[in-house]
Amino acid sequence: MSTLAVDKTGPTRKIKYGSISRDRTWALRWSYFFLTLFAIFSLVPPIYMIITSLKSSAEISAATNPWWVYHPTLSNYVELLSSNQFLRFFWNSAWVAIIVVTITMLISVPAAFALSRMKFWGSAMLATGVFLTYLIPDSLLFLPLFKMFALLGNWTGIQLINKWYVLLFLYPTLTVPFCTWIMIGYFASIPKELDEAAVIDGASWLQTLTRIFIPVALPGLIAATIFAFTVSWAQFLYPLVFTTSTDQLVMPVGIITTLIKGDVFNWGQIMTGALLGAAPPLLIYAFLMDYYVAGLTAGATKG
Amino acid sequence: MAEVSLRKVVKRYDDVEAVRGIDLDIADHEFVVLVGPSGCGKSTTLRMIAGLEDITDGDIMIGGDIVNDVPPKDRDIAMVFQNYALYAHMTVAENMSFGLRLKHYPKAEIKARVTEAARMLDITDLIDRKPKQLSGGQRQRVAMGRAIVRNPKVFLFDEPLSNLDAKLRVQMRIEIKKVHQKVRTTTVYVTHDQVEAMTLADRVVVMNKGRIEQIGTPNELYHNPATRFVAGFIGSPAMNFVPCRLEEAAGTLNVRLTDRLSFAVPPSRAARYQNAPRGENLLLGIRPEHLTEANGHAAPGMETFETVLDVTEPMGIETLVYFTLEGTQVCGRVNPSAGARDGAPLRLAVDLNNMHLLNEGTGAVL
Repeated sequence: MSTLAVDKTGPTRKIKYGSISRDRTWALRWSYFFLTLFAIFSLVPPIYMIITSLKSSAEISAATNPWWVYHPTLSNYVELLSSNQFLRFFWNSAWVAIIVVTITMLISVPAAFALSRMKFWGSAMLATGVFLTYLIPDSLLFLPLFKMFALLGNWTGIQLINKWYVLLFLYPTLTVPFCTWIMIGYFASIPKELDEAAVIDGASWLQTLTRIFIPVALPGLIAATIFAFTVSWAQFLYPLVFTTSTDQLVMPVGIITTLIKGDVFNWGQIMTGALLGAAPPLLIYAFLMDYYVAGLTAGATKG
Repeated sequence: MAEVSLRKVVKRYDDVEAVRGIDLDIADHEFVVLVGPSGCGKSTTLRMIAGLEDITDGDIMIGGDIVNDVPPKDRDIAMVFQNYALYAHMTVAENMSFGLRLKHYPKAEIKARVTEAARMLDITDLIDRKPKQLSGGQRQRVAMGRAIVRNPKVFLFDEPLSNLDAKLRVQMRIEIKKVHQKVRTTTVYVTHDQVEAMTLADRVVVMNKGRIEQIGTPNELYHNPATRFVAGFIGSPAMNFVPCRLEEAAGTLNVRLTDRLSFAVPPSRAARYQNAPRGENLLLGIRPEHLTEANGHAAPGMETFETVLDVTEPMGIETLVYFTLEGTQVCGRVNPSAGARDGAPLRLAVDLNNMHLLNEGTGAVL
């Protein structure tokens, strides 16, 4: 008599309990790995800038450890912040950025409203056209633009080249299309019934825009504002080409034209200037980060 | 408050005619529901009354004035939308008062009206909240409040309950009816839900393919539909349509369904079908509630027959039974105690006093 061996083990492959959480753990580990890598990559330059800005010229050129400050000094900061020239750059930049942001918003918000809401002949094509304008790089645009302003000067006698306010005409070519595009996306995500309700409530187009659309699309508006500000604050090529006199320069160009003399690089002050220059956008980002991300994604998915 | 009239109103989008020349008169204080399947033109009609859509042809009158070219804000109407369309950045009170503020009403008056509307809708406690802090039902109340405070000539509702769950829908339906009883404003209400139409309306306008199929009180539509579309659209489960012919034998009128099954048309209906064509293909329309279990008592106009059930659906209060007659699925409603089971035979009684005969080709009810 033989006994029959009954296989009670069930499936031969082992069931991995908790495999989902194990997958998640690994995913997290990889995320942390790459995020750390990315953080190092993007933080090293500003850290190096801070370190260098705290050194004297002598220490910078000395053959010591470049990652350590042996004799910290604020002299670079004091010199720059007490230099009328640097403050001039800063104010030029600030004025340009503030006015450009204002111009951009005044143009792109109503434009986006019209393009997304008042369906008129060619509005869809115009909306695409607006975005295509943004795709033209400034390195291509600056030549014809320079020519245009030069001709304008010849014909009318209005010399805009080498005046800081020429930038007020130039930057919107970069900011208006993109901000309009962001706002079109944002306005498009607002249900049509909302403006219909406003219309029935007796609101005019302008009232619908100012009292309904702008408040509802505030995150998008903030995102667009930040973008416009960053572009105008950090723009390098246009001011380099269009402005030359030191009293007309904005910060990015001012720093390199005045702090690099021939082949002498005043590294301490360059780094300090760059740091001070990076501060305003950094502050704005820090305060409005949540809005910025929300605004960009809304524009991206529903535009 | 005012009456609303539509005269040969047409709406054409490029090649598509969404509304094909409709005529409609809505009396002062009346609650009229436009009902029909999606794409029948009911929402377009409402939006034309609101002024949100231009009309291609015809005239729309509110309070006797032609408003074809009057912008929405000057039509003195208020509209409630399916998705509430509340202003997300404003509180409930601000939402409700927005229209009045635009018209520069005195503050005291605005406050009084908002308070009154909030009280009527039972949202007094929510007055300072933002829409996102409200449930769907509460939001819809606010949307109604926004309409009420304006005290307009006409209320327009565009499927206001479609976004709510079934239970809330029933609740809000009653709420809307109560509000109308209080404010008595002329109301045009659009829905695709025939139950909503039947329960709310003074008169129902059934629309199909851009045309009005029939206008009538809920009972008229239910008991005397004019077309196959109305007969099939109003009532749930829908009316059964079984192919049949009229025959005259020995002085009595019979309706023959199959070779073996024919019913005598009861005297209550015989006169009506005096001139109906004999021997032509017709449809017998009979509502499920007129197909019940046979209880042995013969009543005038009641005929019984034996059938085998395909499927039964116990609903608690009744059981829906489905069986096939000459290839057509037919639904009846029997008592839960009648012993109806899937696949089992059952003797059913048909109440021919409530029968309808329809022309199979045109769909007209004879």
